[in-house]
Amino acid sequence: MRIKQLLIGMTASVIAVSSYVEMAIADLKFPMLVYRTGAYAPNGIPNADGFVDYYKMINARDGGIGGEKILHPECETGYKTQVGVECYEKNKKDAMVFQPMSTGITYQLIPKATADGVTVYSTGYGRTSAANGKVFKWIFNAPVTYWDGASIAVRHILKNNLGNIKGKKIALVYHNSAYGKEPIRTLQTLSKKHGFKLMLLPVDHPGQEQKATWLKIRKGRPDNVLMWGWGVMNQVAIKSAASIKFPMDKFIGIWWSGSENDVLPAGQGAHGYKSLTFNAPGTNYQVHADIKKYVHDKGEASGDGSHFGTVLYNRGLFQAMVQVEAATVAQKIHGTSKITPAMYRDGMENVNLSAKRLEELGFKDFAPPFKNSCENHGGSGLAAVQQWDAKTKKWNMITEYMYGDSDVVQKLIAEDSAKYATEQKIAERCG
Amino acid sequence: MSIELLNFIETVLNGLMSGVMYSLVALGFVLIFKASGVFNFAQGVFALFAALTLVGYQTGQVPFAHLINELFGTNYHNWYASMPNFFAILLTMVTMIALAWIIERLVLKHLVNQDPIILFMATIGLAFALEGVGDLMWGSDVKVLDVGIPSGGSIWLEEATIGLAAEGSDYYGMYVDVLNIWATVIAVILVVSLALFSQYTKTGRALRAVADDHQAALSVGISLRSIWILVWAISGFIAMVAGIMWGTESGVQFSLSLIALKALPVLILGGFTSIPGAIIGGLMIGVGEKLAEIYIGGYFETGAIENWFAYVMALVFLLFRPQGLFGDKIIERV
Repeated sequence: MRIKQLLIGMTASVIAVSSYVEMAIADLKFPMLVYRTGAYAPNGIPNADGFVDYYKMINARDGGIGGEKILHPECETGYKTQVGVECYEKNKKDAMVFQPMSTGITYQLIPKATADGVTVYSTGYGRTSAANGKVFKWIFNAPVTYWDGASIAVRHILKNNLGNIKGKKIALVYHNSAYGKEPIRTLQTLSKKHGFKLMLLPVDHPGQEQKATWLKIRKGRPDNVLMWGWGVMNQVAIKSAASIKFPMDKFIGIWWSGSENDVLPAGQGAHGYKSLTFNAPGTNYQVHADIKKYVHDKGEASGDGSHFGTVLYNRGLFQAMVQVEAATVAQKIHGTSKITPAMYRDGMENVNLSAKRLEELGFKDFAPPFKNSCENHGGSGLAAVQQWDAKTKKWNMITEYMYGDSDVVQKLIAEDSAKYATEQKIAERCG
Repeated sequence: MSIELLNFIETVLNGLMSGVMYSLVALGFVLIFKASGVFNFAQGVFALFAALTLVGYQTGQVPFAHLINELFGTNYHNWYASMPNFFAILLTMVTMIALAWIIERLVLKHLVNQDPIILFMATIGLAFALEGVGDLMWGSDVKVLDVGIPSGGSIWLEEATIGLAAEGSDYYGMYVDVLNIWATVIAVILVVSLALFSQYTKTGRALRAVADDHQAALSVGISLRSIWILVWAISGFIAMVAGIMWGTESGVQFSLSLIALKALPVLILGGFTSIPGAIIGGLMIGVGEKLAEIYIGGYFETGAIENWFAYVMALVFLLFRPQGLFGDKIIERV
């Protein structure tokens, strides 16, 4: 009797699992590598919430992408590279795209995803030279790279010093990881070009204690400080800068060091702190109205909905929108809604988010337009500077979106990607 | 005085202040180890949990709000706008005492007479469970903690030292964060209070008796379980103080639990059973790592040597004095 029951149970389970798998194949799978726990969760949660709310909104408003529902299984990485790789391995079957949300994980996935034929999209992070589509067929990092970011920050400093920073000193306070080290090469090249002295100040994970770093800054007296930080490192750095009375308007963080989380713990001390950004904060956009109508008002918000409109939530929206748009483009190119991972890659390579298209998608004035191509997977290379107003507790954009030093950046990308192509024996394409 | 010498003194001063912050965490470890022989891996999470709870009470956050709203379809987040610091701290203390009682009831009671390694494993489990409960109760956002302790560079010290440099030299004066000065004062008060408590009160003497010999203490009628609850409660209180100090500096967030890693070299150096050892060890580690980072760090390509340098210091110390600076000497009688 027991054996019979067991057999019936097993058969039912097999049928249930196979029907789920069939359903999954028919839908579009966008696995999410998230970190909702651990030291970096305060940043990981709003970003992941942005993704989920956008996917839910597309499923509810449009019935999915071209009629195909979006599946977005989450895998918790805790921002740990090894766990991220395991998450990739578990979810790679039929996956359209992976957004690793960590430069360390991205570096590990580049050779794996290339071999597996899976698209990796590292929005404004990851390996900068992956912007060269001739070498990195499956990797995309649009709309802007870390090397663009470094040169945009230097350009902003140049502008504030009437175009001359010869003899000035710029310090880079960076997370001592693959992510934090990414801009060093560009800054070294720019220091030779413009004649400024570069101080390199690494901070070990998680960055809770930075006294020695800021004593060095106090003694070294740099004219400007740049920061490539993440998590608690940002908060402690901003608070420490305020504590040693470093002028906050001369302290510029990369776009991952410029969320509300980073500045609020420092209170009034953070007033005037600047960061780069490639998307706007706030909720005055059509996409927010749609998310409110189709997701939040139905009680379907990811988390408690409290991150709605914050910098990292909005970045999640932007990232998800690009991923969805790539699927739409792929469906148009191949004339089918049931796209494969290879078709999806074609879509990502042909994404063209013009101002008109951004408006159609509910992102008018939310981010600068960009387009990918076979050669260029790095987007427009545009970013703006935003400044924190501690009185109103708001980020304000203080510059237009601007380009970095493309002469320097493109040369470095060509060098680095050529080296990678030689190591990996990759033949350049797009010829 | 030369600017180099003044900078050196400033580095030492800041190292001492950082050391006090490490000592605050190490103290909690020492107390529990002394009284029960348990190396409490969860001490860092205790500090995090205490700080989360304090902010929760201050801001009137409904505990487990996310879970409640998810289960019952409600929309509760706050039940009052704010609570005065004094009452919030008092309530947090009560919560930490309750937590000590729960830990004794649910974990320690069932592990009496087990090997120390079993108890250590239990505290690892406790650390992860408590972190999860903290997340469910209060959420994982970065929280601003303000109990009125001033922070920022000390203007008085800057002005007092600016004239020490040679005339015409472009010297800013010495920098020390006021928050760290407060931490030092609080640590001194804590250590003196603990010393007075253990020397001059009946409960304190019972606590010392348990620390010296569990069996002997039991034979004279001391309740081991009451002492354990007391010690875990005191250690919870110290964790709250550490959580307030570290949380004020960086905001309250889950990386706060990693401050335990800062206490480990302090314990190796100062010994696991000595309160003065935790203080002196903290000061030595603080000064050592800051001097290393500033004066030697530049010779390393990667920089950022202070984290591992503290452990190198502790390891070197272990070679010469395995029981730590003030730890009990290990004598095996045959």
